[in-house]
Amino acid sequence: MFENIGEMILLFWRTLLALPLVWRQRQKIFDQFFEIGNASLLMVCLLSFFIGAVLALQTGPVLVERSLSSAVGGIVGYAVAKEMAPVMMAILIAGRIGSAMAAEIGSMRVYQEIDALRTMNINPIHYLVLPRLVALAAALPMLVVFAILVGWFGGAVVADVNHQIGIPFQAFYSDLREIVKLKDVANGVFKSFCFAIIIGVVSCHQGLVTIGGPRGIGRSVTKAVVNSIVCIVFFDYLLTRILLK
Amino acid sequence: MNSEPNNQNNHSGVGLEVRGLRKSFNSQEVLKGVDFTVKPGEIFVIMGPSGSGKSVLLKHLIGLEAPDAGEILINGEPIEAEQTLGKYRLAMVFQSGALLNSLTVGENVGLYLSEHQLKPQEEIDKIVEQKLRDVGLAEAVDKTPSELSGGMKKRAAIARALVIEPQLILYDEPTSELDPLSAVVIGEEILKLKKRIGVTSLVVSHDRDLAFGIADRIAFISEGRIVTIAPPDELKRSQDPVIKKFLQADLQHETPSKNL
Repeated sequence: MFENIGEMILLFWRTLLALPLVWRQRQKIFDQFFEIGNASLLMVCLLSFFIGAVLALQTGPVLVERSLSSAVGGIVGYAVAKEMAPVMMAILIAGRIGSAMAAEIGSMRVYQEIDALRTMNINPIHYLVLPRLVALAAALPMLVVFAILVGWFGGAVVADVNHQIGIPFQAFYSDLREIVKLKDVANGVFKSFCFAIIIGVVSCHQGLVTIGGPRGIGRSVTKAVVNSIVCIVFFDYLLTRILLK
Repeated sequence: MNSEPNNQNNHSGVGLEVRGLRKSFNSQEVLKGVDFTVKPGEIFVIMGPSGSGKSVLLKHLIGLEAPDAGEILINGEPIEAEQTLGKYRLAMVFQSGALLNSLTVGENVGLYLSEHQLKPQEEIDKIVEQKLRDVGLAEAVDKTPSELSGGMKKRAAIARALVIEPQLILYDEPTSELDPLSAVVIGEEILKLKKRIGVTSLVVSHDRDLAFGIADRIAFISEGRIVTIAPPDELKRSQDPVIKKFLQADLQHETPSKNL
């Protein structure tokens, strides 16, 4: 385990050192970026709408019953922006994109494509890891901004429509705006940036250390997703603690 | 391996020397002290049964594995020194071809030039077309590797190696999984390259026909050691029981026909 952590830190460091090559790899970064956005946007919208909706549904009736209806917008807005959107979207991306990255790099490793790159003096970190990591680090925060907006909308719709809550659309948003500040959104987006790096490093590392045939690739994909999720939840606590004021 | 090749016009083959190479994996010794020298421009075939350490040896020669002991010298310079791999152009044709599946055949062949930004794109396209024509695959430029047959993949891999304008080409089982006709074509390609650009070729194979057809010298490797190094004719006359058994292995001799 410690060996893996060490290797991942090293991989991240080497990718950082390769950052000056971003412009040269722009086409690959754009392709990955498009892939991530294209594959996930609809799912992100669907997921975050219902996250906002269920938060409103869970908290709304209880708070309204105790005459705290003005708190619903704030609670939903705060929870979505700072916690639910970044974490849930990161888990979604770990499952959708992290797994694909581990599978692709893993099969390249198993079928000697990475060895072939090395023999051509092409560094696999520059060619494979850098574009994926940069694209992910740019795409996930953007998806989270989307997720936050759609999540709020989901909460507002439920608060308005559900007869046990009955908070009008406008009131929900003005309550939300009173509690949630721009720095709370920035906080969530920053977290998602960190999660994107975690997903990229864990998944690319798993791909690069794949051994064996198809079974090895399968094992790498599972490990990439599970390890990413564990790391996301762990770092979520850590980041929340650090960012807490 | 980060420095970029600086001498694109130097075509002559390089010499290769391997001294006392040893390698173990999990306490199992795969290479038990391998020594040999390949002269510039020579076709040197390493032959031996499966599991004798051929592929591991090849990985050492291109710098994909580091030896436990011993050294590999290219024109007298150690391979692990960073400037050596930058100075001399080495290419390897993998057993499976190892073409990148996400790219077309043409992109695969031009990958070295496009990634290192050595030439403008139009020029790369021209070189790719030329190299593919050299190996008889001009029509496959826009196909993906999955659309190619085994032999075509290997020829595309040779074209990809040629783009590097190598001074040493390593071939890992170039004729495995090929029909006899395609195997002959590959053998001819290797010979043609030697004549045309004087490249040094090191071929790892257990294909007896290929080895005797193209080799200047053959090294026979068994259980991690070089048993003998000899020109093909001499090897055929070898009285060593391991070599004799390998060279004379035939289905009829091994199948007890009485039991059928």
